[in-house]
Amino acid sequence: MKFQKILVPLVAMVIFLILWELLVWANGWPNYKMASPSDLWPAYARYGELFVIYGWQTLWRTVVGLLLAIVVGTLIGMVMGFSRVMRDALYPLLVGFNAVPKATVVPIVALMFVGAHDFNTVLIAFMISFFPIAVSVSIGLSTLEPEYRDILRSLGASNMTIFWKIALPKTLPEFFGALKVAVTLAFIGTNLMEIVSPHGRGLGALFDSGKTNSDYPLMFAVLIALAVLGIVLYYIVVALEQIFAGWAERSPN
Amino acid sequence: MKTRHDCQRAGMIPARWQKPQTHNYEAGVGNLIDIKDVSHTFATDGGPLHVLDHLNISVPDGGFCAVVGPSGCGKSTLTRLIAGLMIPDKGEVWLHDERVKSPRSTVGMAFQNPVLLEWRSILKNVMLPLEIVPTKLTRKQQVERAEFLLALVGLEGFEDKKPSELSGGMRQRASLCRSLVHSPEVLILDEPFGALDAFTREDLWQTMHKVKAEEPFTGVLITHDLRESLFLGDQVVVMSGRPAHAQYVMDIPFNGPRVLDDLYSAETAERLAILRHQIEIAQGRAKAENPA
Ligand SMILES: Nc1ncnc2c1ncn2[C@@H]1O[C@H](COP(=O)(O)OP(=O)(O)OP(=O)(O)O)[C@@H](O)[C@H]1O
Ligand SMILES: [Mg+2]
Repeated sequence: MKFQKILVPLVAMVIFLILWELLVWANGWPNYKMASPSDLWPAYARYGELFVIYGWQTLWRTVVGLLLAIVVGTLIGMVMGFSRVMRDALYPLLVGFNAVPKATVVPIVALMFVGAHDFNTVLIAFMISFFPIAVSVSIGLSTLEPEYRDILRSLGASNMTIFWKIALPKTLPEFFGALKVAVTLAFIGTNLMEIVSPHGRGLGALFDSGKTNSDYPLMFAVLIALAVLGIVLYYIVVALEQIFAGWAERSPN
Repeated sequence: MKTRHDCQRAGMIPARWQKPQTHNYEAGVGNLIDIKDVSHTFATDGGPLHVLDHLNISVPDGGFCAVVGPSGCGKSTLTRLIAGLMIPDKGEVWLHDERVKSPRSTVGMAFQNPVLLEWRSILKNVMLPLEIVPTKLTRKQQVERAEFLLALVGLEGFEDKKPSELSGGMRQRASLCRSLVHSPEVLILDEPFGALDAFTREDLWQTMHKVKAEEPFTGVLITHDLRESLFLGDQVVVMSGRPAHAQYVMDIPFNGPRVLDDLYSAETAERLAILRHQIEIAQGRAKAENPA
């Protein structure tokens, strides 16, 4: 069973790579139009060390941005979830903030904090990913059935106790749902900054250098590396969800 | 079969059932719950909503008061007042000679929705109030107390199950245990059996009697089921339509343990007829008759 769970996606991936290779081969595309998997290995072999270093930079900045988004998003969500007035006040602001394409914010941030590259990247990753978390937490809290609150409140429990014992655990499934979206978004944020900002670091910068040097296989290799990192982070979140909110998943029988 | 009007004509209905009972407002003369002249108005988007109007209800220590009334008349509001979750605009709520101004740990509540915490086992769910209320029980005694209650309601062996593994009736039983685990003086039940099918409900009525025999609480039960009110209550209060007052009070003497068959007795049929008539009046579908 467990074996199957790992094997099936692996087989699917191999099939995908074969199809990709075949597609490029059948159309006779040159590698600047569309690189094939067989073009990627040389790129990885040549820049292996860079991939490790830059991959790590991308990863840690994404994770820090995401952690920040979790803390701030949860706080904003709590404020909005508990107070009707704050919800009414903050919601349009948040929506507006979220609606601004982050690609336009990136150059502004890069100018505002020139040279603070790590900071900028983390900031963008955070800005792009906190919104779904804030919204899900606020919805989770504000839709808590009043009976849940009354059960504890009728015993004289404080709001803090109600939050820790009921409201927080009860919103965890929604929270993790949002976190899965936020992980992907944070990645987008990190890479946007890495690509746009000059003298960047991380996989985005590697991608950019591939572009300037017309090294197309390298660009594709970066894309695949990003996809792998994204998958890893995503499944880490899934694993955390299993641990902390596994109760929400009904066994299918 | 006799209809209500036959009963009334034949003079089979004792006079005290025909007119609202007047209450003893004197603070706590043997009463555990005293609702004194309570009026309450909610501010809503559509303007003020006058819900309760000079409501008076008294429940003696150890009594079990069933409250019926038209939908939306303020029954749940009444439970929230007793629990101290809200304060009435006018009037007073007294528990045990103490005026209720805020929630107190001597109250237990259960609702139509069992609101069990899905991430906790049944045992942990039942023990939840003990994490809030100061208790002298050791951890081991707490577990024993919860296990005792679970066994009492027929949930022995389900301690480690998750709520999602239980049926609706079982969840309601667990919810009942949770409302009792801290040995509250007052047990407030707001339509606890409302969402259950008829057979499960009757099972739970019997369980309620078993629990009542073991646990010394004073109960307030909100219900829409007149037979339930007669089977469980020793006093049935009919609330009027909004703004609600206690329109009618019926005392139901306890002559020995009640069994389901009692529900099919002539006496119960008469009482049901009276209560149904009172509900019709409360709903405005029938005119109040002037007692002769
Ligand atoms: N917090 C509140 N704010 C405004 N209106 C409220 C509030 N709580 C209750 N109401 C209104 O007061 C009236 C009485 O509500 P309540 O829940 O006490 O009725 P009920 O008798 O329990 O009804 P049901 O039989 O449907 O359970 C309803 O019209 C309800 O909409
Ligand atoms: Mg109600």
